[in-house]
Amino acid sequence: MITKVLMPKLSEAMESGKVIKWLKREGEPVKGGDVIAEIETDKANVEIEAFGGGVLRKIIVPDGGQVPVGQLIGVIAEPADDIGGVVADAPKGVATAPGAAAPVRLLPAEETYRSTPATTAVVSMSPEPSRVHAGASPAAAPPPGAGRVKASPLAKKIAAQSGVDLRLLQGTGPGGRIVRRDVETVLAAAPAPPAPVTPLAPPAPPAAARPAFAVPPRPAVEFEDIPLTSMRAAIAKRLPLSKGPVPHFYVTSDVAMDRAWELRTELNALEGSPKVSVTDLVIRACALALRRLPAVNASFQGQAVRVYHRAHIGIAVALEGGLITPVLRDCDAKPLAQIAAESRDLAERARGGKLRVQELSGATFSISNLGMFDVEEFSAIINPPEGAILAVGSVLEKPVADGGQIRVGRRMKMTLSCDHRVIDGATGARFLQDVKRLLEEPLRLLV
Amino acid sequence: MPPAQKFDVVVVGTGPGGYVSAIRCAQLGLSVATVEDDRPGGVCLNWGCIPTKALLRSAEVVSLFGRAAEFGITVGEWKADYAQAIQRSRRVADRMAKGVEFLFRKNKITLLRGRGVLKGRNLVEVTGQEGTQSLEAGRAVILATGSEPRSLPGVTIDEKAVISSTGAVRNETKPASLVVIGAGAVGMEFADIYAAYGVEVTVLEALPRVLPIEDEEVSTQVARLFTRRGITLRTGVSVKAVTAGASGVSVDVDAEGKTETLQAEQVLVAVGRAARTRGFGLEALGVATERGFVTVSPTMETSVKGIYAIGDMAGNQLLAHKAMAEGVVAAEAIAGLDPRPVDYGNVPSCTYCRPQVASIGQSEARARASGREIAVGRFPFTANGKAVAMGEAEGFLKVVADKGSGELLGVHIVGPEATEIIHEFAVGRTLEATLEDIIHTIHAHPTLSEAALEATLAALGQAIHI
Repeated sequence: MITKVLMPKLSEAMESGKVIKWLKREGEPVKGGDVIAEIETDKANVEIEAFGGGVLRKIIVPDGGQVPVGQLIGVIAEPADDIGGVVADAPKGVATAPGAAAPVRLLPAEETYRSTPATTAVVSMSPEPSRVHAGASPAAAPPPGAGRVKASPLAKKIAAQSGVDLRLLQGTGPGGRIVRRDVETVLAAAPAPPAPVTPLAPPAPPAAARPAFAVPPRPAVEFEDIPLTSMRAAIAKRLPLSKGPVPHFYVTSDVAMDRAWELRTELNALEGSPKVSVTDLVIRACALALRRLPAVNASFQGQAVRVYHRAHIGIAVALEGGLITPVLRDCDAKPLAQIAAESRDLAERARGGKLRVQELSGATFSISNLGMFDVEEFSAIINPPEGAILAVGSVLEKPVADGGQIRVGRRMKMTLSCDHRVIDGATGARFLQDVKRLLEEPLRLLV
Repeated sequence: MPPAQKFDVVVVGTGPGGYVSAIRCAQLGLSVATVEDDRPGGVCLNWGCIPTKALLRSAEVVSLFGRAAEFGITVGEWKADYAQAIQRSRRVADRMAKGVEFLFRKNKITLLRGRGVLKGRNLVEVTGQEGTQSLEAGRAVILATGSEPRSLPGVTIDEKAVISSTGAVRNETKPASLVVIGAGAVGMEFADIYAAYGVEVTVLEALPRVLPIEDEEVSTQVARLFTRRGITLRTGVSVKAVTAGASGVSVDVDAEGKTETLQAEQVLVAVGRAARTRGFGLEALGVATERGFVTVSPTMETSVKGIYAIGDMAGNQLLAHKAMAEGVVAAEAIAGLDPRPVDYGNVPSCTYCRPQVASIGQSEARARASGREIAVGRFPFTANGKAVAMGEAEGFLKVVADKGSGELLGVHIVGPEATEIIHEFAVGRTLEATLEDIIHTIHAHPTLSEAALEATLAALGQAIHI
């Protein structure tokens, strides 16, 4: 059997992806499910698995090669299979990112990549977009920047005047042509709106060990232009698509976290059980609340509102140079301990660039916790096509009026951003009320 | 009543919107029936655009005869016969209307004569001379019932002494004197025609200038040229009463607070058109309307699913070419394609008087009012070789652009074949061309279109021929 290995489409916005590194060599045997390569997408680095077994007969797109989604990048087959036809059908021309030493490359993948440059690629270090001459690959094509961008003359001109990179835009004109309004939409969104979807587990140190607070020396240059990483470009492209067309509204609630805090302390004192974070409690509370109120677990589909009966929750994770929202599936069917273990694993692998394809899409709801940054409250931008996102602030000790007395209590603010096309104010408020109640009666999270 | 005949699409009305949508539906493999209570082709082919263009051509020939000496031609006795001009325009209209019937046959579109009334979301009852029959629309009904001339409050159009454009294109006799109420495209075109045939014409306009939707400079230029030809133009004048008597019509007007009475043999009311939305069963089905026009989505669907409305009845510009564009959008949406909605900001506006007037996009004043910095380029036809050779050197072409980006915000033309030249800019705007793209396009010499190039150059401060 011949199995084509294609560049996967990992998100709606993804148009192309880059092979960071093949983890199998040509001629190496492969079983279905083996991780065979690492791919860099506009959002993150992911590993791809073999769908069929045999031998990795041919690597079509070498390490560093960038191709549109759906394009053949390799062929797995039995040694006796004739793969000539499949290989011949592969589109010619593999673009490589400008300079293999491009600024974006997170994680260990960079090291491994660098350690094996000799396999195929010879990289020109000239400042001009470089070409990668890959031994086995078809004729190398110019980098994406050199390709023709389909844009109207006016769009090109406005983009040039305002410094918008047309390559990052998706055209809405005839045949996908970039027209004026596409550029203007981006420009209108340019003064960055409030916090985008935000991190769960920050790379920043915990508040307990406060780092030195040194102000760095004033740089000699007045400014510097940092090229957009593909992740930053994806954020820049996707979020205006939310804030623009999706009519957001926000509801905020204040939660008494005293009992949840105690419960968490007790759980974390138990030996052999996974450490539970505030986020995990919030995930569990949201999952249960979503089951009670599926109207919030919904997505605007143009002609219909799709209501989900599974709570797949996206959890924003901060990364160096961006963020990513891996998806914790079926949260409503998982006990707290499992949620805690899986969310930790997801966050760690997100930071290590080791997420699987299927872990990047399919969320029905998202949570963004900025609590570890001493943020009291904020509102997040919905990640389309989801219908809502919960922004969670810090758990703070505050004076609380309680039966005529002032005492110190732990409070946490959370703000639900809702797509008004799907969710109405009262529905959003009821959901928030449920989440609040679950957190304030936290034993409910355990049953 | 026989059982309902079934079609994918039933189109009510066969004017430019209706017949184009019917043909596009047929092209897309749908079975189509059309219903027409007048003549195929609607107002445009029968009583509007086409016959008036035939009359304007006669008027132009008459005026050329008057100028024969200028071209070195000595003519003996000649006579301009208005009745024959009307007859010619009827032959032209008949031929174009026959063309629609031919296109229907070619595309296997059924044409039913009679009044089509919606009896349900997908049911149209047709009552004609051969009785009543029902049409069932499997996919959609397209309403394209058009518009009819409006009048002023208290003014009754009898099509004898007080006529509308519909009466004017039929009347083989011309009056000795005529008051035209309304200096829009229709009023100005008829003023032109009648004046060429020696009628004493007075045009009244309530707004401060003729062709009030055009750029101010255009209005000024047209007013100057009309006045020079002996047409009386009175702007800022409101009509209070129109009274038909034995010896003609008296028109009471209020001009700057003073009341006066004008006398003429006939009055032509050209104050605009009103959508025909009544009597087609729309109310019973709850089809929503807004200020007299049917409310439609970008794909021309009304508030009732499966019922589409296009053309004059759907509002925006009441222009045949807009109706045609909407017809295509509706047909493609019904066929399940994803059509590009009509861009109402990019519909050319054309008046076929002499000289012609054409425009697209924003007027200079409006572009200025938008607050952006604009660049304006003008080029007079007196500096255009072709126009001078033709002896039609009156008018100008003006380009209004965004100074920073070179975006073509608006183009305004008064002059020979203005209505043909405008499309260079219509295409340019559709493609989002900038001033630079126009100037790097080689324009053949000598042509009237060189004025387009020169005005664009002028907007960049680079005009060569002026």
